[in-house]
This record gives sequence, C-alpha cells and structure tokens, in this order.
Amino acid sequence: MTRPTAMALEYFLVSYRRTWRGTIFSAFVTPVLFLLAMGKTVGTYIDARGGLEVAYLDYIAPGVLASTGLQIGIFEGSFAVYSAFHWSRCYHAMRVSPLSPSNILGGHLSYAMLRVALSATGFVLVMTAFGSIHSATGVLALPVAVGVGASVTPLVFAYSAVISTEGLFAVLFRFVMVPMSLFAGVFFPVDAMPAPARVLAYLSPLWHGVELCRAATLATSTAWGVPVHAGYLLLWSVAGFLIARRVFVRKLTD
Amino acid sequence: MSEGEPLIEARRLVKRFGDFVAVDGIDVAVRAGEVFGFLGPNGAGKSSAMRMIGCISPPSGGSLRILGLDPVADGPAIRARLGVCPQRDSLDDDLTVIENLTVYARYFGLPRKIVRQRAAELLEFVRLSERALDRVEPLSGGMKRRLTIARALVNEPDIVLLDEPTTGLDPQARHLVWERLFRLKQRGVTQVITTHYMDEAEQLCDRLVVMDHGRIVAEGAPRDLIERFSTREVVELRFGDSPLESVIAKLDGVGQRLERLPDRILVYAEDGDTAAAEVQRRRLVPTSVLVRRSSLEDVFLHLTGRTLVD
Amino acid sequence: MLTTLVLSRVAASAAARGQRSTAVAWRNVTAARHSAYWWVLVSGFVEPLLYLLSIGVGVGALVGGFTLADGTRVSYAAYVAPAMIAASAMNGAVAETTMNFFGKMKYMRLYDSVIATPVAPFEIALGELLWALLRGAMYSVAFLVIMTAAGLTTPLRALATLPATVLVGLAFGGIGMVLGTLMRSWQDFDYIAVGQVAMFLFSGTFAPAEGYSLVPRIILELTPLYHGVALIRGLTTWSFDWSILGHVGYLVGVAWLGLSIAARRTGRMLCP
Ligand SMILES: Nc1ncnc2c1ncn2[C@@H]1O[C@H](COP(=O)(O)OP(=O)(O)OP(=O)(O)O)[C@@H](O)[C@H]1O
Ligand SMILES: [Mg+2]
Repeated sequence: MTRPTAMALEYFLVSYRRTWRGTIFSAFVTPVLFLLAMGKTVGTYIDARGGLEVAYLDYIAPGVLASTGLQIGIFEGSFAVYSAFHWSRCYHAMRVSPLSPSNILGGHLSYAMLRVALSATGFVLVMTAFGSIHSATGVLALPVAVGVGASVTPLVFAYSAVISTEGLFAVLFRFVMVPMSLFAGVFFPVDAMPAPARVLAYLSPLWHGVELCRAATLATSTAWGVPVHAGYLLLWSVAGFLIARRVFVRKLTD
Repeated sequence: MSEGEPLIEARRLVKRFGDFVAVDGIDVAVRAGEVFGFLGPNGAGKSSAMRMIGCISPPSGGSLRILGLDPVADGPAIRARLGVCPQRDSLDDDLTVIENLTVYARYFGLPRKIVRQRAAELLEFVRLSERALDRVEPLSGGMKRRLTIARALVNEPDIVLLDEPTTGLDPQARHLVWERLFRLKQRGVTQVITTHYMDEAEQLCDRLVVMDHGRIVAEGAPRDLIERFSTREVVELRFGDSPLESVIAKLDGVGQRLERLPDRILVYAEDGDTAAAEVQRRRLVPTSVLVRRSSLEDVFLHLTGRTLVD
Repeated sequence: MLTTLVLSRVAASAAARGQRSTAVAWRNVTAARHSAYWWVLVSGFVEPLLYLLSIGVGVGALVGGFTLADGTRVSYAAYVAPAMIAASAMNGAVAETTMNFFGKMKYMRLYDSVIATPVAPFEIALGELLWALLRGAMYSVAFLVIMTAAGLTTPLRALATLPATVLVGLAFGGIGMVLGTLMRSWQDFDYIAVGQVAMFLFSGTFAPAEGYSLVPRIILELTPLYHGVALIRGLTTWSFDWSILGHVGYLVGVAWLGLSIAARRTGRMLCP
C-alpha cells in the first residue's frame, strides 16, 4: 500500500472508533443468530431425515461465513460511500489534500476489507465453538470470506458513486444481496434449483466462495476445483477495482 | 373576543431552555391589522418569542393569549388561523413547488378543490407560476423564501408570522417580498415580523420592539424610536488607520453624543453640518466625513451597543 | 342531552384527528409518486417472496413438512409463508416509524413546518403509521395472492388473514413509535435491527417453538412477533382454536400501549 493510501485508510479507521459498538452487533450477532435459528433449530428436523451427509449446522456455517463476507462488504460500500460523496462529503475534503482519487478509493476499500476480516474472524471463532470446523484447513475459510467481500465491494463502491438517490440502495440490497445470500448454496444445495436459477447461482461470486469455505471447514472437495473458484473471485475483484477506479477518477476530478 | 382586544397579548412571557432564559418576561400586544416587528441582535430571543406565538413551543412562564385563545389548550384551533414563515426554509424537497402548497393546505383540512385553486393563486402572487411543476431543491434561495411565504398564506390566516422573511435575498427579491407584504397589510392581515434590516423595519412596521438578552429594551413606532433615542442627524467619521481612542478624546463636546465603532466614530447631532465644521475646527483630519439622517440602525446601536448582523 | 353533546364533540375531534393524520399519510403518497421511491416500494414486496422460495421451498425439500398442533400436516412452505407475511408487516411498520421517522425529523426537518399547522405531533406519528400500514397491506395482499396461487392457502382464508396482517403492523407500529422517540443517533438503529432479526429468526418462524427449552420459550412467547406469526399461521392454514383470541388480544394490547406512550412522547420531542 502506498503512503497516501495508508493515510486515507487511517482517516476511516479513526472514524470507526466512534461507531464500532453498533457494528459489532449487526455484523457479528446477526450471523450467529442465523446460525442458531437455522442450523440448530431447523437443523434438528433436517438431520432427523438425513438428507445431507453432514449435520445441517455444519453444512450452513461455512456458507453463512461466506455470506457474512458478502454482506459486510456491501454495507461498507453502500451508505458510507454515498455519504462521503453527498452528505459528509469527506471525499471532497480529501481531494483538496494531495490524495488522488485512487488513493481515496484504495484507502476506503482497504478499510472495508479490514471490517470484513474482523467480522469473519469473529464468526470463525463462533464456528469453532460450535464444533463446525472439522479440519485444520478451516483456517483457510477466513481468507476466502475476505475474498468474497473483495469480489463485490469494489463494484458496490462504483454503484454508490454513480447513483443519485439513496433510495436505490433498497434495489441493491433486495435485488442483489438478499437473492445472492438466499440462493447461492448457503442454505440448500443449488442442484435443487431449476436450471436457469442454478446458472445465476454459478455466476454469483458468493456460490464460489461458499464452495471454497465449505471445502475448507469440512475438508471436502469443491465442485469445480479450487483454482476455478478462487480465480473467479479474483476476476471479480480485479475487474471491480478497475471499474471503481474509473468511476472515482471521473467523479472526483473536476 | 371583544372588539379592540389585541390579537396577540403576552404578559411577562418567559421561555427557558434548561437553565438558559431565552425570553425573559416580555410584554407584547399586537392589534388587528397592525404590522409588528421584533428587532434585536443574534440570540436576542426573537425566534423563541415567535415560536411561542406560533403555538409551536410552549411558554415556560407568563401568560399568552392569541386570538383570544390559550395556546396550550387551543393550539390546533389557533394554528388553524396562523400563517408561519420560519427563519429557516422548511420546504419539502421530495415534492414539487405546487405540491408543497397543496400538501400543506391539506394539513388545515381544506377541501381539495379550494386547495388547488388557492395554490395556483398564491404561486401567481409570489411569481412562481412557471416553476409550479419543478422540484423544490434546485430553486434559488429567493424563490424558496417566496414559496415559504406563499405556503404561510395557504389557509388565509388572520395573523402571519414572518421570521426574517428577506434574510439572504438579493435587493430585487427583497423588494418583491416587501411589496407582497405591503399588499397583505392592505388586505388587513395582521403581521408579526422579525428582521435584521433596519430599512425593512422602518418600511414595513407600524410598531416594533427592540429585544436584547431576552428582554424588550424599547418599544414604539420607528419614527418615535428615532426621535426618542437618537438625534436628527449623524456624522460618520473615518480616520484610516490612526487609533480612534486618541481621536475620540479630542471630540469631547462635539454634537450631543459620540459612539465609537471598530472602524469609525459616530457623532449624533441635531445639525450634522455644524458638527462636521466643529470637527474641522479642532484640526482633526478624517479620511472621510458622511452626514446623514439618523435611522433605526442608530437607535439599535444605542440600545444594544452592537451592530446588527454579526 | 349532555351526553349527546359530549359524544358529538368527541366524534368531531376524532374525525378531525383522522383527517389530519390522513393528510400526513397523503404527503407520503404524493412523494412516492416521484422518482426512485417506486423501486423501494416494489423491492419491499420482493423480499418476503425470496425468503419463501429459498427457505420455504429450497430448505423445505430438506425438512419435509410439519404436523401442526391440531394434527394437520402441512408442507414446509405452507408453514413458513405466513411467518414471512408477519415478519414483513413487522419490518415495514418498524422501518417507517423508527428509521424513516427519525430521518424525516432530524435530517429532512420535514415536521418543522407541519407542527406550525393544526396537525398535532401525535397526529404526525399516526399519519406515518397509517402510511406504513397502507404499504404493508399492499404487500400482504400481493403475497397472499401468490400463496393462494401456489396452493399454500385458499382465497377465503387469505381474505380472513388480511386484517390480521394489519393488526400485526399496528402493534409493531406502536412499538416502533415509542422506539422512534427514544433514538439518539443512527447507531441506535443497529440495536433495533438486531432485535428485529432475533424475533424474525426465533418467533416460531422457521420451526415450531415447541423445540425450545422453558426459559427461551417464555421469552419467545412474550415477543409480539410470536403472536403475530401464530395468528396468521392459524388463519392461512385454518388450524386455530380459541387460543387465537389470546394472540389477537395480545397484539391489540401492545398496539394500544405503544400508541398511548407514543402520544405523550412525540409532543415533547417535536415541540421543545
Ligand atoms: N431549542 C433550543 N434549545 C436550547 N437553546 C435554544 C433553543 N432555541 C434557542 N435557544 C437559545 O435561545 C437563545 C435565543 O435564540 P433565538 O433563536 O430566539 O434568537 P434570535 O433572536 O432569533 O436570534 P437570530 O437573530 O440569530 O435568529 C439563543 O441563545 C439560543 O441558543
Ligand atoms: Mg431567529
């Protein structure tokens, strides 16, 4: 990371000191509750029928981990970025300093990824407590969760930079984030879905992340092989970053 | 309410915010058809008084009667007959110009048909008809202010409360607003105005009070106040960079009274030219000398010891 | 004579209250006709549908079905769907009365001008609630139509369910209004959100509450969403007994309590 980017990152870290309390709740408690409600409670009924090879709790835990990475990334890239452009206008304030649009984007993105890593770490600890990590390779689930975050967050940054009203976030959340979280293999195998829906799941970065996370914590193999899944996430990250950089440069240069 | 009873009557009216006293026992009586002004420096308590009269903010002490009713018990009934133009424009950015009027009118329970007709008339009145279907956000400050005034008139109020109606407007926009307010007065609408512009107060107000630190320090018609608290003329002396302390000592006895401002000295005198000649005679060499008629501004300075706009 | 006079005055003031609250709701209808807000409206409908498809159908294939208390056997989708309506009614009412109310008050300063009219602060809050209920009812209708089409309920049962969804919205609206007056900053909404998610997940939404041990079960049965889900599920699957009156009574009580506390607090907050 270059020095100016680190300076931008520091700005966001400092402001996080004021708001961290609430985020612990929403970023950490929520997925744990999900795990309990679906994994433990509904899981009892599913395990009784024995439709899956592992306990339902252990099946969804890595999926919820990957989807936490997705959700934190999207949240950090939405209102915070929109606000920096329109409400607090802190991007514009930074622009007056020697920071370039790329520095600003890089700093804020790094901050978002740190937030993802933080939540994912907490969640992995909970999974360990629940006994859902079956192998030492489970540690690898952590970078995967960050990778899922990295695959979508730059694009969300770009989206937040171009929209003209915050009302459009409802569209992002409900037409992109929620469907992905619900249909990308977190709660049930995608094979159960009709072909068109399955193709959409394959296209979503989350499904690849779920495959990788599950393989890591359960020590199983992935559907298409680790390089394919990891490469797909990387592709989204790089493409997303290039798009976001273009948008930021255009938006922050008069 | 009997004939001749004031529309607004406040006795020892107080507003406290915690320990802080914003309005400290003021007596005010506004008669029907009158235009009444509140003057005073920033923080004097003008808006706080206006908000109590508007039945938005409950008084902390004293008595207040508006249209013969009690603001606490009959708030809605009183507000139905008031029009309020707050200090800060509070227009609805999600709505169009005309919707800002029609939606607001519905809060008064006016029937839809009347609402539509009145909204069109009011837009005409404040010269915004062409912008009727535009969003509010991109309007200029002056247009927003005019729209806020139009909105205050949508219920054909008996009393209109205008908190700094022309602050931030350019001269043309101010004159337009003044002219509209004058037409309202001709229709017999009672108005209560706060302002920082002395010329505005002199032009519009029949009677006014000057407030400072929550209290009323003077009351009367603009001309009366000038006569009472100032002389007929004022000489403004500027001395470039030289320190005014040394100068003011040498001016002792010139005119009736002296006032030192950061950048100039004011000499209050019945005859400005004589006073100016006396200054010359004492071998003082001002960089500029201006003789003018005394204004409300001078009264204000005298009473509050401060210039108006910070 | 005196009673008729008093009664007619009460009726007149109630009618005026109603008119003024409606005017506040009308402002939202007017604003909603513009711009991107349409998307927000439409997206509110999509969310419960997605959950139904994912959890109800997708996970449902793994769960199989449930036997209800009265012995009726239902598919997992039929079990989950009514809970989705209840949760959607909760979310809509809470969002409108907490987050949106707060935003309109503090940031858009929308009510600064309204309090200068005959509309009382509590009527503003009522108007916002009315608007939330209206939206919620629209979503419920759409969702019930889909449930009927998918054979998860029948048209008559759906019709009977609709008022129940409004009652759930009203109860949560009452709670939301009280919470809305307690908010200090945006951060506080994180706590509300967690509370909502917790209720959403554990109120007998996805699995019968019988599975819990005593203490969690008691806590659960105190939450309004539990009663909302039980009421709506009883109606869509038509498997209720007299205990359904208890659920109705509980929700009415919560709504009444919330509204009366909010009535006192909103005035103090909007008119300092
Ligand atoms: N809601 C409030 N809470 C606490 N203090 C307040 C509140 N509203 C006003 N004040 C204080 O009361 C005093 C009088 O304020 P007010 O707005 O009435 O002054 P004003 O004469 O209208 O000033 P200006 O010319 O700046 O508009 C100020 O010191 C202000 O800080
Ligand atoms: Mg003021």
